[in-house]
Amino acid sequence: MAAPAAFEFCLRLGDNDLILSQRLGEWCGRGPVLEEDLALTNVALDLLGQARLWLGHAAALEGRGRDEDQLAFLRDAGEFRNLLLVEQPNGDYAHTMVRQFYFDAWHLPLLEALGSASDPSLRDIAAKAVKEVAYHLQRSRDWVVRLGDGTEESHRRMQAAADQLWPYTGEMLAADAVEASLGEAGFDLEAVGVPWRQQVESTFARATLEVPAAGWMQRGGKQGVHSEKLGLLLAEMQFLQRAYPGAQW
Amino acid sequence: MVGSGAISPAQVWEWLEAVPDPEVPVISVVDLGIVREVTWRGPELVVTVTPTYSGCPATAVIAHDIEAALRGRGIERVRIETRLAPAWTTDWLSARGREALRRFGIAPPQLLQLSAPPPCPQCGSGDTECISGFGSTPCKALHRCRACREPFDYFKPH
Repeated sequence: MAAPAAFEFCLRLGDNDLILSQRLGEWCGRGPVLEEDLALTNVALDLLGQARLWLGHAAALEGRGRDEDQLAFLRDAGEFRNLLLVEQPNGDYAHTMVRQFYFDAWHLPLLEALGSASDPSLRDIAAKAVKEVAYHLQRSRDWVVRLGDGTEESHRRMQAAADQLWPYTGEMLAADAVEASLGEAGFDLEAVGVPWRQQVESTFARATLEVPAAGWMQRGGKQGVHSEKLGLLLAEMQFLQRAYPGAQW
Repeated sequence: MVGSGAISPAQVWEWLEAVPDPEVPVISVVDLGIVREVTWRGPELVVTVTPTYSGCPATAVIAHDIEAALRGRGIERVRIETRLAPAWTTDWLSARGREALRRFGIAPPQLLQLSAPPPCPQCGSGDTECISGFGSTPCKALHRCRACREPFDYFKPH
């Protein structure tokens, strides 16, 4: 695969992890119960560690002397390549868990598929991350079932979150030129859609939730076209480096 | 000060058995299975370490602790290298490490091929349940014993 496409692809992987990690971190100290507060921030920590690995590798591929910190803290919203799904606000707990489930159900087969990538660094990072993400999916799936098949109120909220976040799932599976060029290396993004759909359908059936009907899908996150929500998130995440450029401790 | 050849890697391994994991100090970095290789490269001692979880904040502290311990033994040039693959697994925990965890009240990880719930580290009963898949550190889950009613940490199979 061509170097610029590989750089773009690693940015996408790293930015997904970084932005979702930051969103989950917003729950720190505000979880509904102590166990959930710990779980949300543990998942955030795993994703942050994975983001460091992907962004570190992206920086190496780019070869322009940038490092993982510069990629994380010195890019503006238009340069971020994360999915629109992960920048969506936390909302209520139903929104947080459905967002996590849609992402985890895609993240796991994606990392498994990267096991056949031609770049050994991609394979190694994926093999490390996949073990952590298996636990993430187990948890988000349990919550989707528990809250979906819970009380009338929790079911109503879960269905609302599932419907509202659905249009952000399309770009996960639609390959563009970057991912298409990875096809040469034995990786097929659209093939990840098969286990993803299976996971969503079987889990929603257990959760007594309706899988939303096919419809208009939002696009653009992977190419750098984001909602204003990402800018607000970055304003907080990047504050220190913007206020005190080059600050270290 | 000591340089290449004066100290065998076997000696270094023995010293590292006294370096505790910063978050679970009853177990050493060697018993945790994260020290993968010790070798001299010219005048420099290279210790290869593999991270447990990608985001574990203890990783940087562990590298620092290993370096400090070896400098304390008189080795001047120590380099800590990180190796990602093969990815760390709890199957690499030593029998001694597992026993130390159990005595401390943390249920040691079951081998990956087993999917049975862990026995209670307090009373030994197999009648335990998971309260939450995520605990006080990335490597642990919260469990509870139905027999003696004690809650306990479970070092997750990974």
